[in-house]
Amino acid sequence: MPEPLAWQIGTVTAVRPESAEVKSFTLALPAWRPHRAGQHYDVRLTAEDGYQAQRSYSIASAPSRTGEVELTIERIPDGEVSPYFHDVVRVGDKVEVRGPIGGYFVWEPALGGPLMLVAGGSGVVPLMAMIRERAAAGDATPTALLYSSRTIDDVIYRDELASLASSNHGLQVVQTLTRSQPPGWTGYARRIDSEMLGDVLRGLGPQPLAYICGPTLLVEATANGLVELGLPPARVRTERFGPTT
Amino acid sequence: MTDRFTSRGFFGRRRDAGSERADRIPPGQYLTDGFPVLSAGPTPQVPLDRWEFTIDGLVSEPVRWSWEQFQALPSRDWTVDISCVTKWTKLDTVWHGVSVDDLLAAVEVDPKARFVTAHSFGGYTTNLPLTDLVNNQAFVAYLYDGAPLESAHGGPARLVVPHLYFWKSAKWVRGMHLIENDQPGFWESLGYHNRGDPWREERYSGD
Repeated sequence: MPEPLAWQIGTVTAVRPESAEVKSFTLALPAWRPHRAGQHYDVRLTAEDGYQAQRSYSIASAPSRTGEVELTIERIPDGEVSPYFHDVVRVGDKVEVRGPIGGYFVWEPALGGPLMLVAGGSGVVPLMAMIRERAAAGDATPTALLYSSRTIDDVIYRDELASLASSNHGLQVVQTLTRSQPPGWTGYARRIDSEMLGDVLRGLGPQPLAYICGPTLLVEATANGLVELGLPPARVRTERFGPTT
Repeated sequence: MTDRFTSRGFFGRRRDAGSERADRIPPGQYLTDGFPVLSAGPTPQVPLDRWEFTIDGLVSEPVRWSWEQFQALPSRDWTVDISCVTKWTKLDTVWHGVSVDDLLAAVEVDPKARFVTAHSFGGYTTNLPLTDLVNNQAFVAYLYDGAPLESAHGGPARLVVPHLYFWKSAKWVRGMHLIENDQPGFWESLGYHNRGDPWREERYSGD
């Protein structure tokens, strides 16, 4: 029998707003263990009377950041757990978690590339862990992030992505804003489509390894689009999330 | 054990607290009215003229059905509750398909057969004890809510084993391979529980 993945009580050591609806929470973990970029933690909340609710959240931090994990959480309207994080949780609070979990939607430098990352909204979170891991390891795998957001204010990790793209060898960040664009916007201004995927693929080199995370429609369209553009399905890994209605 | 840990300021939504519906939600799950899609890779598109379903391994004679032959098998509606390991539960989902008992009736099962590898177009696999598939516990569905099952939800046909977490309900299923010794499938090899009973919260290896 494998060791059970035990619940542990983490302590919130930082809360950082990323956008109007998204915050990052750093949890110090007494039984931290190294994760692989792309994995998630389960969170369990318990009320005074014993009622519990669980959700899974992707790890945003690189595994090289030991002893703690950063979870980036989007507020889901009418949600049960994400509004608690956004409205109640503050530095010093205790949060029960277990992880890391997941063994397929993961990347580390040894898996190679080129790396094609495609994100919709907060789907960027597990991909950010990969980008951060790549940077922390000084890895030069040619990497492109194609990232779709509604507006410029919805872009998560905006400054960090800009700074990584300018300083990190071989990392290209391509953004599309689907709802509105600020004056002078030079990125794409529509939903991810085959032409856009082709543009990004051309800059990457042959047979990239693709990771796609976002709402179901974006993931379906992107995964099918990449297969139509010639990627073997086995090179395309997906993770979906989002409002379930 | 969590002992006396509570989350400061957490009360919970409890939309269905105390109701008959709440009693049907396994521990750690929440109710959804939507039908989330989860899969590890691109959705395989399987033309019906290339679709097949086979039973092989520890059987007297392997059997293979074409789409047309499969449609002619005895089938019925199934109304079941389903739970995904990613925490959502959906009640009263309505499917139409063929019971695994009726499929197994087409072969003579070797008494040594104790496990099944369900395998899919696209390469997905999941393992199940034969005892979790018989006695009207499982079926191969090709209609959902009266309409052809969408490819994103596993169409043309999907195995449905509603009493286990939904990754056991192999999408795009193309056959069952009967074996003597258990062989972990895709998710079972990647840290997920070998059996996956939601009422025992068997999510991950070791649970």
